[in-house]
Amino acid sequence: MNKITFEQLQETLYVDELDNGLRVYVLPKQGFNKTFATFTTKYGSIDNHFTPLEGTESLRVPDGIAHFLEHKLFDDEDGDVFQNFSKLGASANAFTSFTRTAYLFSSTMNVDKNLETLVNFVQNPYFTEESVEKEKGIIEQEIKMYEDNPDWQNFFGLLKGMYKNHPVAIDIAGTVESINKTTKDLLYTCYNTFYHPSNMVLFIVGNVEPEKILDQVRTNQQNKTFAEPKPIERYVEEDTTEVNEKKVTIPMPVNTGKCLVGIKERNPTKQGIELLKHELSVQLLLEMMFGQSSENYQTLYEEGLIDDSFSFDFTAEKGFGFSVVGGDTSQPEALAERIEGLIADFKEKPLDDKVIDRIRKKKIGYFLKAMNSPEFIANQFTRYQFNEMDLFDVIPTLESLKKEELLETMKDHFHLDTQMSVCLITKEEDKSE
Amino acid sequence: MEQEELKQFDIGSIRVHVIPSTTFKTNTMMIQMNGPLEKDSVTKRALLPNILQNGTKDYPSRQHIRSALEELYGASLTADVAKKGERQILSLRMDLANEKFLKDHSPLLEKGIKLLASVFLNPNVTNDQFDSKIIDEEKRSQRQKISSIYDDKMRFANKRLTEEMCPDEPFGIHVLGYEEDLDAIDGKNLYDYYQDALNSDDIDFYVMGDVDSEHIKTMIKKHFKIDQSHRREEKPKNTPDNNKKKANEVVDEQSVQQAKLHIGYRTNIVYGDDDYFALQIFNGIFGGFSHSKLFINVREKASLAYYAASRVESHKGLLIVMSGIQSSKYNDATEIIFKQMEDMQNGEFTEVDIQQTKAVYKNQVLETMDVPRGRIEMEYHNQIASKKIPLNEWLERIDQVTHDDILNVAKKIQLDTIYFLKGKEEESNE
Repeated sequence: MNKITFEQLQETLYVDELDNGLRVYVLPKQGFNKTFATFTTKYGSIDNHFTPLEGTESLRVPDGIAHFLEHKLFDDEDGDVFQNFSKLGASANAFTSFTRTAYLFSSTMNVDKNLETLVNFVQNPYFTEESVEKEKGIIEQEIKMYEDNPDWQNFFGLLKGMYKNHPVAIDIAGTVESINKTTKDLLYTCYNTFYHPSNMVLFIVGNVEPEKILDQVRTNQQNKTFAEPKPIERYVEEDTTEVNEKKVTIPMPVNTGKCLVGIKERNPTKQGIELLKHELSVQLLLEMMFGQSSENYQTLYEEGLIDDSFSFDFTAEKGFGFSVVGGDTSQPEALAERIEGLIADFKEKPLDDKVIDRIRKKKIGYFLKAMNSPEFIANQFTRYQFNEMDLFDVIPTLESLKKEELLETMKDHFHLDTQMSVCLITKEEDKSE
Repeated sequence: MEQEELKQFDIGSIRVHVIPSTTFKTNTMMIQMNGPLEKDSVTKRALLPNILQNGTKDYPSRQHIRSALEELYGASLTADVAKKGERQILSLRMDLANEKFLKDHSPLLEKGIKLLASVFLNPNVTNDQFDSKIIDEEKRSQRQKISSIYDDKMRFANKRLTEEMCPDEPFGIHVLGYEEDLDAIDGKNLYDYYQDALNSDDIDFYVMGDVDSEHIKTMIKKHFKIDQSHRREEKPKNTPDNNKKKANEVVDEQSVQQAKLHIGYRTNIVYGDDDYFALQIFNGIFGGFSHSKLFINVREKASLAYYAASRVESHKGLLIVMSGIQSSKYNDATEIIFKQMEDMQNGEFTEVDIQQTKAVYKNQVLETMDVPRGRIEMEYHNQIASKKIPLNEWLERIDQVTHDDILNVAKKIQLDTIYFLKGKEEESNE
């Protein structure tokens, strides 16, 4: 077991890697009522093509299966695992992202029993033909809910604009058609391949005694047997460097339109500290360009092109990465053009040292605020681990970023001619009231 | 329930509440202005938070305010309006890093308080008028926000249900106001409204964090100069419910993929009432959680929906059921939902159900207290309710709820309105 202390933040992290390869992290938080735990596998919606653990040939599985598996893992021989948590006063949940599937609970009592439940249900798959069939109706309604959600449609429309082959452009839940191809056997194949402890991270944050919790997890794992770990062969469709389509327009039953501008990374292979520096740099630059203190925000607001839904973000994982800028607007087309123009202008102007420092301070303060949240710590720490980064490096890295590095990132990332797509949500012609 | 000692004092007409805590890396401040929810003023009041954030005498524009916040290590400032019962609460919130976790230890709190005071009390006005350009920009933005409710079908269905349930009650008024009322607002009449609200609203100021209440007192005295000349002496009261003999059924149609079924009940119980916690446990067994009857029967057993849940409107006495279903499954879904309510009213729930729900609900209460804003919101319940329930009594009161209490609550609950937003295309395909 390792103990790592972060003086400035006044936090101590306990770390252990078990014999079966499971990585366990405990961050004690005095003063909190609750404990929050996530059990996460490095397996998400993009992992739809791989060599199964028991096999030798590659397999392409139906879209949305990682998410389907997330739903079905909550079943066990006696029924519904949610019940076991709520009987112990805990609330449980799960989510599937492009690259991860996480199972979690939070509770203010019976933490050890709830932790046992979490680890055991995730490591005890129980799928039947009948229960798989039954789930299809539920997931179908989940998909339909997102089909009516203009923000979600805008985001995935943009991804389809940026990516031609990469599975990041496929909706995480799949389609009604693809989920209907899911079978019990396919679920087991995915489970066996991706839920090996060596592909997983357990993170516990809250009012706990670290040594005791680690002991408990160790004992739990020693009583189970797992196959020998084996590196997972994942195949990702090679994507074009440049964007697939420059513009995607989706009419929907809305009153106000939406506009997102995306910028696709040319070479999304960075990991570790290199990725951390890169993502913090892009975020700083976006903040300087479009943050609420910027001239550009003021201009767009005065021109009537944005409201306070306007936002921006940068996402990066191994294999894909993109910036997104936009929001609600009555003139989606005009906003897209303005955003492009403002980025182009920004690239021509020198960076102001005072502004860099101010934005740096802002990002540091935001990170501190996020450290109040057990959810943020557990989820982000895990994401950082899977990309070989360390969450606790964020503040020192922010403090150390130099202007030259920002200028370098600006040149590297903001290629408007080949890397930019826009997705517009427009009002349907035949609007029904 | 462990909690820090809350300190209260008045400064001018502001009631200050200080909650010392060393748990967090930030200090949180929240100003709550409590005014009536009225058709005549709702749109003005909804516009006000954005106007205030557009500039003050000390920080003349939005950009100046935002830059100043960034200099304070990304202090966050948000302002908005929310509906609590039949009151329209204007809130300003600021979260500020605690400098003891920064390399640079220069104090931030007083600077934050000064900035917050400037935004709240010292807007950038000339001749007792807000700037007309700012007014126009913010009216445009407000108009867009109101019209965008239509774009989020769950929000839209909630708004429609509330309108249909409470056409003659203030609760039926939408908290963001009305597009048609924006036209008449100008810099003069909005400033007059703002002055009037400052003069007559209840104002509560919460501070939570690693702070000293004497120090807070000194700083607020220095920066918040406000004395009310005619504070309204009114107690929050809800208009009596118009008990319908027969439930209302309303159907709208849009080209949506998923229909929204929202059902409104009258609970006849509000926060502070003796049976308030019994109502919360009722809701937990019925539809509040993933072990509840609605989740189990509508989703898990019948596979009709991805979500099927209920929630309680504490200060108005409503219970709202929400579910997203296929349009053609309206009869199946309503039948299952009504059956669950009937079972509740017939006492068909077990001691295990009760214990399970109490455990989950107590957990939820404790978790809310782990978030500064959550804790402040809990305190604020007591400020606006006619009867208070001290926070340290909550867990005990929850434990005391019996099967009979829940059954009595169930019998008070009356169906009011069924709202259905159904899809157009789907039906024509069938």
